[in-house]
Amino acid sequence: MNKLLEVIDAEVGYGGAPVVRQVSFALEPGRIGCLLGPSGCGKTTLLRAIAGFEILQGGEIRMRGQVVSHAGWSLPPEQRRVGMVFQDFALFPHLKVGDNIGFGLRHLSERERRARVQTLLRLVGLPEFEGVYPHQLSGGQQQRVALARAMAPRPELLLMDEPFSSMDAEMREQLAREVRDIIKEEEITALLVTHDQYEAFAMADEIGVLNAGQLMQWDSGYNLYHRPGNRFVADFIGQGVILPGEVLNEGQVQTELGAINGQLPPGCKPGCKLEILLRPDDIQHDDQSALHAKVVAKAFRGAEFLYTLELASGTRVLCFAPSHHDHPLGEQLGIRVEVDHLVMFPQPGQTASV
Amino acid sequence: MQFAVNGAGCASAPFPCREQGVSAISSTAVETTRRPHGWLSGWRLGVLGVALVVALPVLTVFAFFLQPATDAWQHLVQTALHDYVVNSVLLMLGVAAGTLLLGVSTAWVSATCEFPGRRVFEWALLLPMAIPAYIIAYTYTGLLDFAGPVQGALRALFGWGYGDYWFPNVRSLPGAIVMLSLVLYPYVYLLARAAFLEQSVCVLEVSRTLGATPMHTFLRVALPMARPAIVAGLLLALMETLADYGTVQFFGVSTFTTGIFRTWFGLGDAVAAAQLSALLMTFVFVLILLERWSRRQARYHETGARMKSLPRHRLEGWRMAVGLAVCIVPLAFGFLLPAGQLLIWVVRTAGRMLDADFLRITGNSLVLAGSAALVTLLVGLFMAYGKRLHGDRLVQGAVRVAGMGYAIPGTVIAIGVMIPFAWLDNTIDTWVRARFDFSTGLLLSGTLVALLFAYMVRFLAVALQTVEAGLAKIRPGMDDAARSLGLGPLDVLKKVHVPMLRGSLITAMLLVFVDVLKELPATLVLRPFNFNTLAVRTYELAADERLADAASASLAIVLAGIIPVILLSQSLSRTRIRYE
Repeated sequence: MNKLLEVIDAEVGYGGAPVVRQVSFALEPGRIGCLLGPSGCGKTTLLRAIAGFEILQGGEIRMRGQVVSHAGWSLPPEQRRVGMVFQDFALFPHLKVGDNIGFGLRHLSERERRARVQTLLRLVGLPEFEGVYPHQLSGGQQQRVALARAMAPRPELLLMDEPFSSMDAEMREQLAREVRDIIKEEEITALLVTHDQYEAFAMADEIGVLNAGQLMQWDSGYNLYHRPGNRFVADFIGQGVILPGEVLNEGQVQTELGAINGQLPPGCKPGCKLEILLRPDDIQHDDQSALHAKVVAKAFRGAEFLYTLELASGTRVLCFAPSHHDHPLGEQLGIRVEVDHLVMFPQPGQTASV
Repeated sequence: MQFAVNGAGCASAPFPCREQGVSAISSTAVETTRRPHGWLSGWRLGVLGVALVVALPVLTVFAFFLQPATDAWQHLVQTALHDYVVNSVLLMLGVAAGTLLLGVSTAWVSATCEFPGRRVFEWALLLPMAIPAYIIAYTYTGLLDFAGPVQGALRALFGWGYGDYWFPNVRSLPGAIVMLSLVLYPYVYLLARAAFLEQSVCVLEVSRTLGATPMHTFLRVALPMARPAIVAGLLLALMETLADYGTVQFFGVSTFTTGIFRTWFGLGDAVAAAQLSALLMTFVFVLILLERWSRRQARYHETGARMKSLPRHRLEGWRMAVGLAVCIVPLAFGFLLPAGQLLIWVVRTAGRMLDADFLRITGNSLVLAGSAALVTLLVGLFMAYGKRLHGDRLVQGAVRVAGMGYAIPGTVIAIGVMIPFAWLDNTIDTWVRARFDFSTGLLLSGTLVALLFAYMVRFLAVALQTVEAGLAKIRPGMDDAARSLGLGPLDVLKKVHVPMLRGSLITAMLLVFVDVLKELPATLVLRPFNFNTLAVRTYELAADERLADAASASLAIVLAGIIPVILLSQSLSRTRIRYE
């Protein structure tokens, strides 16, 4: 039994139709997992079920092989050895920072407790803030205190509910990396919930994409981006467009942008209809190319421009170009398709397996 | 152009406002509704059990509706019942008129006008609440009866003798109406004032641009918009009116409460007294239902607080005089005059009355009110927290039932406590005597246990409301955070909620403490033999026509009664910051 957390066919809901349906995944000790999805997809509900705040309608949850939740029964949160960082931090306003962090350490002696609190304060980089009240701290500092408080009792599993959602975008990624380092240093297993894929990439070793209560894919960030298992993941992760295509032969697909070379999945015969995912980095700016597209929108990204280009047919594609390639709106650009790894899905309504 | 924009804003105003109100309500509902936790049924059962015990007096009283009528009941129906109903109804109608007149006029003037002393009047107009109705009745009787200072001065001035002149008799139904109106109008004042402050200026200005005078605007726009709030305040005042025993008893007006006393003590008929109580309770329930209904209406009449608030009319000349008079009259007659008279009497009788006996009685009162406040607070906290843990219908209903005692007259609660407790005592005594051949005597009914229980039933709503309001301000995330850090529900209450609620808990205790101190009829029925409190002392001395001697105990009660007024005026000044 080397899984720390196992979620097996979990169903959670509030009386009516389940908000989370048939979700299964597992985390090994020391890994950081992430539930990623648009708002309302059920990710927070699932996290609260793992914490013990919601009761399962079906399936079960195990920690270290022990069942902690099954349909209609739930081990109380206080008996699970699970730490949780809340979206609004939920720091106790009547307690100083030190007492907030020491809140879950009642079983320790006064001396041990103080030592542990000091260790954590140093760990989160707030050594001199022990005697300060939470409302005197900035958002980022409160965040760290909330993290320290959740980690103080050495939980087997640390849960984080949108932990950086109240930060501004710049701080978010930096803080996410810092928090990841802290968690890794303490060798804690953690599960995070977020709607922000960059936060997920920065924090997590493995990511589950949830949509409408169902788990779409559980994988590394790299694979979610480069090997999305279905259209939803392809759409949700990263940028890109999906174009229709038709298989020409074993190594080529015909699209509006011409024939694209790539490894086809087995079982795909010539003539079968597919959809092809094209990321902005799959399309290169090339003045020599015969293929042209009109610039209809562009976004400056510092080192590069993200161009939205329109083909003669009206289909739009995205393209990254170095930022010294500054082209005005309406200009025709030469482009070339360069795909390392072709991502394809069957066209909707087609039964052909990919 | 300015006008057109303004007008358009007003026309659409009620819709966003209503949505705001509704969404605010539903979002708090989501926040406070906790999901059921299967492993926590202990709290649930506890809450349901406590609600059942708290409802026991009312259930007892209603159970007697089913009992066959006794001879005494037949006798009552033939003789006195007619008087009880007619007098109670007349009293309610009179008090309704009086509290509306005083409450609405003071609320309108203090909420919309500017005149010297307005800020002082805003809280001072609450002071009459500090005086229980029976104490103001005793005081005015002393002031206005034949031997009192007013008639004495008139006789000295005009050289009249006994029987030469007509003077209104305070000890009458109209007298009782005036007394109750003087101390109960603040209920109307408080709610009406809040409603006037929330009305948006543009609705009122539209009325003016449509050609209505300020008076017309008040009568046709402002008053109808505030009506649900005014009705809610009025119904609270009427519940107090039905509950009053001290005033009507002293003035010799036969109402339900005096009838219950007479049947219980005079005729010694518990069944008829309980049946009379049940009849009174029916009146009360009608008021409760009306109050619920009008509060629901008020929610939809609320206009948005975000819109510009009313600019105050600056009153000048004779208008200022009228505005001042509107505020001074209720304050002077409802508080300054009676409190001043009490003070004069206290000074005059201090040598005789402020003795060891007085100290002992004050001690009794303080200990009794303190313990009742503590018990009530603990039960209230238990119920409110239970509701937070389990937000389901059954628990919510149980908590609501437990909070109903405040509407129930002390007399009825006393009867409803006395009957089951006496039965229990008798049962235990009979059983012990049969088994062990000695008598246990009265374990519950003749002791402080019964009295504390009755206070808890009557005033639980006060503690519940205060604690619930405090709990609602604590985000549920706090509970979850503490639970995930290894604390069980009871520890969460102790280590997170209680420290954060400290202010609300102290307020709740103070409010119950003062209410217990003022409570008369339940204390009269349930107190142990020879156990006196300040309220009972006042009542007994007044019954012996020693009105001046009663003043020291009365003034002590009034001084305690000022505490809730201070608390209320603090919340008033908070709303003032919001609206100004």
